[in-house]
Amino acid sequence: MGNRTMRGEVAIIGVGETTYYKRGRSPDPEFKLVIEAILKASADAGIDPREIDGFASYSNDRNDPSRIAAALDIKDLRFSNMEWGGGGGGGSAACAHAASAVATGLADTVVVFRGLAQGQFGRFGQGARVPHVRGDQAYTAPYGLMSPAQSFAMRIHRLYEDHGITQDTLKACSLASYHHAQNNPRAVMYGRPLTPEDYDASRWIVEPFHLFDCCQENDGAAAMIFVSADRAKDYAKTPVYFLGGAVGSGNRAGSGSHNATDYATSNFKTVAPRMYDMAQVKPEEVDVAQVYENFTGGVVMSIIEHGLTTYEEANEFITFENLTAPNGKMPINTSGGNLAECYMHGLELNIEAVRQVRGESCNQVDDVNVSLVASGPMVTPVSDMIVGSEAVL
Amino acid sequence: MANPGAYYLGEGMPAPAPAIDGLDTEYWEAVKRHELLVQNCNTCDRPQFGPEWNCHRCHSFDLGWKPVEGNGRIYSWERVWHPVHPALQDSCPYLVVLVELPNHENVRMVGNLVGDPMQTVEIGAEVQPVFEDHEGSDEVDPFTLVHWEVVE
Repeated sequence: MGNRTMRGEVAIIGVGETTYYKRGRSPDPEFKLVIEAILKASADAGIDPREIDGFASYSNDRNDPSRIAAALDIKDLRFSNMEWGGGGGGGSAACAHAASAVATGLADTVVVFRGLAQGQFGRFGQGARVPHVRGDQAYTAPYGLMSPAQSFAMRIHRLYEDHGITQDTLKACSLASYHHAQNNPRAVMYGRPLTPEDYDASRWIVEPFHLFDCCQENDGAAAMIFVSADRAKDYAKTPVYFLGGAVGSGNRAGSGSHNATDYATSNFKTVAPRMYDMAQVKPEEVDVAQVYENFTGGVVMSIIEHGLTTYEEANEFITFENLTAPNGKMPINTSGGNLAECYMHGLELNIEAVRQVRGESCNQVDDVNVSLVASGPMVTPVSDMIVGSEAVL
Repeated sequence: MANPGAYYLGEGMPAPAPAIDGLDTEYWEAVKRHELLVQNCNTCDRPQFGPEWNCHRCHSFDLGWKPVEGNGRIYSWERVWHPVHPALQDSCPYLVVLVELPNHENVRMVGNLVGDPMQTVEIGAEVQPVFEDHEGSDEVDPFTLVHWEVVE
């Protein structure tokens, strides 16, 4: 990588979220939710939203930055960026793009945002009601392989086959998210605890995914504000520094008809090492991790592919005790994550990573200096972000 | 009971159609003749799937199709219980398999595994293609799907 890095050059100064709703339940349209989240992030930072001059998002977000800039009366729009790809694989990528725009001088104050109002725009977890499918979909949809859960389930059976991983690891990820949500009043599943018996008794969606292995679908919006480190202390909150980011996927991850060279993967095998390299952090230095749950099998592979455990030790390591704050060896998804806080396409995970460094989490881990986010396992591209306190600079 | 009709899945599922740009017309025409093809490079003589306009290995645009030789092998599988499409309402549970083709450098194809949807599925099991002809409708031209069955 040589000298090309943005480690410590950019900081997150503000985060904001709307109320999180069950899908279709938002009383407000999507664009209004996005504006509300940006205004809340601005208030959190103590910055005039008119100072924002850049936007980054992902997953084909429908809320055009030029419209947002007009609505907020922004004087000079300098950066407007979208990561390709569906799902939440672009969440940390959008953060990395925001950071890179600030680090290179393209813009000064960049917002990462994501808005979702599924009552207004329709759901993800349904097959297309169309007479024909063409291209890649022609080889899968007519066979009843249509939804995201169906698209990823076969990877997990292959993971079991290749590495002897067991269903208990998936269960542990699910229980950890639901457990954390019980301390988080923002969480859609607040007040709805999940027991191991509930998990076991829940219906299959597609084997090996039970209902509680699958993320929610929600309405809401989230936003984060990035500025250069040299002015990060001018604002209301303790700055959280961007240490490293990485985006991508391995060889032929996007090939048709499930022909990726490496199949039973979260797609982080090449991405995570680049993130750690930029951040100058080792896996054993990670204090807390937010690991995107579209489906828990992807979380298990992400934990392994980020070096937080190994294939050989995964069955012993990936347990409810180890995954939960404050005392677990590797607490994950401490706000409740996509399963139990809100499926804001994972941007709520990036915000929770910031909260952990600030010491503001509902499930605070002690002395967090290095806080990891892994966005969107099994899709392509996926992305990583790692943030930290001033102490690690 | 699952699969009461003539087809493995319910009628009214999205029908496969050749890509608008013509990339895979030959594949979908061949399956109607009960012939399963895999794309093959005329320059380096190596297979690839799904189809693409160039060979990903040698980047040649000179690609053709070869009949699949021999049987496949189950690489992975899933049993679907939750219907995500109205046509699947009476079809669950059903089995989807990812089949690799040992005689074609283990390229993979997706299909349904015919037979009892509650059968034990073994990764590595030998399977052969089963062609399922659909008559089509006012909206959809006739088409053929490629399923798989375990070779006893």
